[in-house]
Amino acid sequence: MRAEPAPAVRVRGLENRFGGQIVHAGLDMEVRRGEIFGVVGGSGAGKTVLLHTILGLRRADAGSVELDGRAVERLDEEQRRRLARDVGVTFQHGALISSLDVRENVKLPLREHLGASERALDRVADLNIALVGLPPDAACKYPAQLSGGMVKRAALARALALEPKLLFLDEPTSGLDPISAAAFDRLLLYLHAQLGLTVVMITHDLDTLFGVCDRVGVIVEKRMVSGTLADMLESPQPWIRDYFHGPRARAVRKERDG
Amino acid sequence: MAAASLELLGQGDRWRAELRGDWSLDALAVVEAAVAGLPGDLHGILVCDWRAVEAPALACVWTLLDGLHGRARRHGALEIRHDGAPPGSVATLSALLLQPSAESQAPPPRRRLGPLGLVGAWSVELARETRAATEFIGRIALVATGALRSLRALRPRSVSRHVYETGILAVPIVALIGFLVSVIVAYIGSQQLSRFGADIFVVDLVTISVLREFGVLLTAVIIAGRSGSAFAAEIGVMRLNEETDALRAMGMSPFELLVLPRLVALLIALPALTIVADAMGLAGGGLLCVTALHIPLPEFGSRLREALAPTTFWAGLIKAPVFAVLIGLVGTYRGMQVRESARELGRLTTLAVVQSLFLVILADALFAVYFNEIDF
Repeated sequence: MRAEPAPAVRVRGLENRFGGQIVHAGLDMEVRRGEIFGVVGGSGAGKTVLLHTILGLRRADAGSVELDGRAVERLDEEQRRRLARDVGVTFQHGALISSLDVRENVKLPLREHLGASERALDRVADLNIALVGLPPDAACKYPAQLSGGMVKRAALARALALEPKLLFLDEPTSGLDPISAAAFDRLLLYLHAQLGLTVVMITHDLDTLFGVCDRVGVIVEKRMVSGTLADMLESPQPWIRDYFHGPRARAVRKERDG
Repeated sequence: MAAASLELLGQGDRWRAELRGDWSLDALAVVEAAVAGLPGDLHGILVCDWRAVEAPALACVWTLLDGLHGRARRHGALEIRHDGAPPGSVATLSALLLQPSAESQAPPPRRRLGPLGLVGAWSVELARETRAATEFIGRIALVATGALRSLRALRPRSVSRHVYETGILAVPIVALIGFLVSVIVAYIGSQQLSRFGADIFVVDLVTISVLREFGVLLTAVIIAGRSGSAFAAEIGVMRLNEETDALRAMGMSPFELLVLPRLVALLIALPALTIVADAMGLAGGGLLCVTALHIPLPEFGSRLREALAPTTFWAGLIKAPVFAVLIGLVGTYRGMQVRESARELGRLTTLAVVQSLFLVILADALFAVYFNEIDF
């Protein structure tokens, strides 16, 4: 073992192209263990593409991705399966399986990876549903019957079911009212403290960025600039300046400082 | 690391649970079995000793606590204490245990219906379906009469796209099937007819069966599978994405934009494809007669003209628009019925194909009887 543990996520020289359109060129990113890392960028800057590349859902045109010191692109099927257990993901629109109710959705990865009785799996699924703050009667509902906020929570319950070390969230608070979004932030902080998770989160929610994230990475000009929020506030880069000094960002900061 | 274990020590009302080993998520089944093996009538004070357990998974801790709480609920008087508990998790989980469980909140199971009840439920369902279908046809009639008045409402762009997709792109498969089936008919027919020395009547057989029946029926079957399913799936996905709601909110009728162009396109494409299938069928029959049965081409031609009554071709083609309407209506109707889930989409797409095939063949049978009656 090396003295320094491998970072939870390490991306080096990433390049992604769609036909002639270059999305990432030489993008580097590093997420330390146990931190909450926010990913920010303009619309179309390639945040979701970055997430998909890290998860191995998309093959990068160049560059390397390591999760926990393991190179994602060089894993075989069995290793990929092992890795999938350590990584939880929620997608932008929840991506709950629409023909299964919430409990069955949460049970899906459990049943696939663990050999326990249905009753035990049911109870563990209910635990996860309760952990994310869903009411018990949500367990028997189908995704189409849930509100937007409940879908986000149910997706989180499914992502947490296998007790991953690394959690990826794609816009977890988008489309939520401010009260639900704040509750989601608190939930995330709580789970982070309880379970010792490393969280990588794509978000545009300035409240979440300022309230939850330890560090942020901003995708500008096909690369990533990362650092603490204080670093970002002092960045001379024009897009980052506009982002963190815009009227909305000022309002959030004033509220937090005051 | 050692496997997970749970050892119960003590007696009377003082108990100690020695927990050891690997309580990670993989040990869930072992933990479940160990918890199930605890005596059901535990009472008094139970101390759980977590000190020899490393990084226990929440699910395992939960399974143990849940089992113990269950016993406490049934028999009362069981106090659970923890020694060296994993930080935070026990308190969190215990708090969750006090919430009402999901089972108590689950809706009561549906009542099983008796035979009479089943007939009733089926009738209600049938009545509902009939009403919905009638409403659907009524809406289309309204939109169609509107479209008769202005060409714009007929959406020529959209219609031409669908004519291309349902018609022109289907030409190769329709031509191939038409050709092959008439070869089969001619071949099997000639085997039978040659026994009576009546080879030449193969021409009659092929001509009449292709023009009156096979050309249009096979085309309709192919289109029902190809386009009926596509209509249902396309419109269904648009329903799931709320695209139809968006259209309605912008003051546009999904019937005018989505349903009518597909119907009109099919009304154009299906007769045209039928003519293609007819032509290829005659070509296939002719080819077989010339090559396998050694009927010279001029003789085939003159026999073909004799076999053709003036109505033969029209008796087939006249059915094409009827089949087109049936396939188009069923496909778009099922598509518009999709709501909520992907499973629904699959079910209704399947239903669209099955029902349109059924209706096409039923209609064909009715045509056969009717044409026979009026001697067409």
